[in-house]
Amino acid sequence: MPEVITNDGSIIKDDWVVVERPADGESLDLPDQPALIPADLWLAGKEHFEGRKDIGAWFDSHQEPEILEGLVNQLGVIAVNFHKFSDGRGYSIARLLRERLGYKNELRAIGDVLLDQLQFMKRCGFDRFVLRADKNAEEAARCLNFFSQSYQAATDTDVPLFRRRAS
Amino acid sequence: MYVYDKHDRQIATERVEQFRDQTKRALAGDLSQDEFLPLRLQNGLYVQRLAPMLRIAVPYGMLRSTQLRRLARISRDYDKGYAHFTTRQNVQLNWPAIEDVPDILAELADVEMHANQTSGNCIRNTTTDQFSGAQADEIADPRPYCELIRQWSTFHPEFAFLPRKFKVAVNASEHSDRAAIQVHDIGLQLIRKDDGELGFRVYVGGGLGRTPMVGPVIRDYLPEKDLLTYLEAILRVYNRYGRRDNKYKARIKILVKALTPESFTEKVEAEWAHIKDSPTQLTREAIEKFQTYFSEPAYEQVPDEKESLAAKRFEDRAFDQWIAHNVDTHKKPGYAIVSLTMKKTGIPPGDVSDRQLEQIADLADEYSFGEARVTHQQNAVLADVRQDRLYQLWQATTPMGFATANLNKLTDVICCPGGDYCALANAKTIPVADAIQRKFDDLDYLYDIGELDLNISGCMNACGHHHVGHIGVLGVDKKGQEFYQISLGGSSNHNAAIGKILGPSFARDSMPDVIKSIIDVYVDNRTQEEAFLDTYCRIGITPFKERVYA
Repeated sequence: MPEVITNDGSIIKDDWVVVERPADGESLDLPDQPALIPADLWLAGKEHFEGRKDIGAWFDSHQEPEILEGLVNQLGVIAVNFHKFSDGRGYSIARLLRERLGYKNELRAIGDVLLDQLQFMKRCGFDRFVLRADKNAEEAARCLNFFSQSYQAATDTDVPLFRRRAS
Repeated sequence: MYVYDKHDRQIATERVEQFRDQTKRALAGDLSQDEFLPLRLQNGLYVQRLAPMLRIAVPYGMLRSTQLRRLARISRDYDKGYAHFTTRQNVQLNWPAIEDVPDILAELADVEMHANQTSGNCIRNTTTDQFSGAQADEIADPRPYCELIRQWSTFHPEFAFLPRKFKVAVNASEHSDRAAIQVHDIGLQLIRKDDGELGFRVYVGGGLGRTPMVGPVIRDYLPEKDLLTYLEAILRVYNRYGRRDNKYKARIKILVKALTPESFTEKVEAEWAHIKDSPTQLTREAIEKFQTYFSEPAYEQVPDEKESLAAKRFEDRAFDQWIAHNVDTHKKPGYAIVSLTMKKTGIPPGDVSDRQLEQIADLADEYSFGEARVTHQQNAVLADVRQDRLYQLWQATTPMGFATANLNKLTDVICCPGGDYCALANAKTIPVADAIQRKFDDLDYLYDIGELDLNISGCMNACGHHHVGHIGVLGVDKKGQEFYQISLGGSSNHNAAIGKILGPSFARDSMPDVIKSIIDVYVDNRTQEEAFLDTYCRIGITPFKERVYA
């Protein structure tokens, strides 16, 4: 089973798989294990998937999380795909899911997920990370914890440093 | 000026250790070159033509004498004994070894300095007027806001991988704009409403580079408490919708233009409506606390020295010229703002030796409360000098080469390092600046020409700000040969404008004569009160074209 890194850097295993977007005209092929499907397809088949704990949704970096407004907490797992680690749109998607749409369940980073980006992902609301296969998961805990505090508010804290200093 | 507290110190120390770890993994091959690239750039480390280049942040250009001395020592111990003042108020080292960079960062952190976000596709160093806090026509001191922006943008988790680099500048002067805010990704003009409340006029989408643009105003008035939430809204819209498929179309100016400023503004306002009351909204206490970091130095109650200065100026013509050109009015009676000009002919603009850094430190201690500033024109400033000590300061700085009375004149050239150092450059810039400086070595003639910004860039990236020079020079490559294209009429002041291209480019040898012809057209056509830019605006580009290509 693939390794998944948690918020505190520990390594767990689970068997969620990412189902790629089917080609035009093809239909979604669901495997016999927990599956993350493209978010817009989940929305299109919402009645069909409702209540299924083994189906989650994933966003690609160009997609708008707002399409799931009011529905996000029907999902137990949402993933955001970083098709290239240098594409930072996924950070905004994560914050919007958490802070704007009120998503409370598991949010995982998938795709080109590297060690030095984990700290930013965590601050934007991700709590599970599927590291790119060639990276060493043992190093995740260290890379998540270089900083003991931060200047600005984000998903992880409501209290920017200027408010902590003033009090 | 701003002094680190325990929080800043802790974050700075942790950052050094993080970069040490990243460098170690890169040198061990655990990080590929592609993966290390944004990490090292966000720490100001470029791999250049001859050696790596490390860009050190100087937030809004302010330096304490202890920091100047440390920069001098670092340039001696880890480099070739000189550094470079950049056109964005930062300092660069041209020859450090990659494996030494973590140690250099530790030395910097020791004196409350860093290289965070001085490059890369992230929010860069916030710049402002080098006369902040000392000038007479300031609406309020912009530095507390710059420091708030610095802290908000440092390691911002959402905006570490933007489509492209992102630069913010703040201006607080009513009548001038030494920060060139209209050619920044975000420009903030401090304004005070009739009821006394402070806020900002917000410009977005200005910039130089390949597609130079003057930024449109997207909000006439933003209350100061909303500064950071509004920036966050702009950045979020940019992060989500800015182009990522083509690096030449990735700056926010392209997005603003593509959407139209009106529709871009609607998106920002809609986003802002959600977050304006979030914890990122500034509190009164926070603003006041940040203002205390920039409280006035211990000025003495001294009178203006009008008569004694006038007598000295009458006696000594060189001193008179220096006062006229390099000294500015201070808000306090009996004080003056002194610009130390660094453009002595024969020295590449911006280059500063270890000894000179120490000299500036000593001058700052002796004359200006231990503080100096770096300007985007690549000079230094002592902002708080007593008028009764000006003569002494002038005598002290003349042998150091800091008193050439050419501030804002033709030979006070803004110039990027160009092809001598930079891997991106199409052409050398330093020899062009040098040849022009040599051609115009008569100070009286320079004063007769008056205020003139000559800006030289070695490539389209426009680090030498050529688009906004009254005369701009751009190095271009034509089949492996270096040529230079000239533009006229640019300005980065309140009346910001992008210069117009004069015509076909010139070989390097002919540049001094071409500049001379351009100046001749101005001198022949000007009315008594007109500066170069005024004459250009009145007569247009044609007379210049006719003379230069005759």
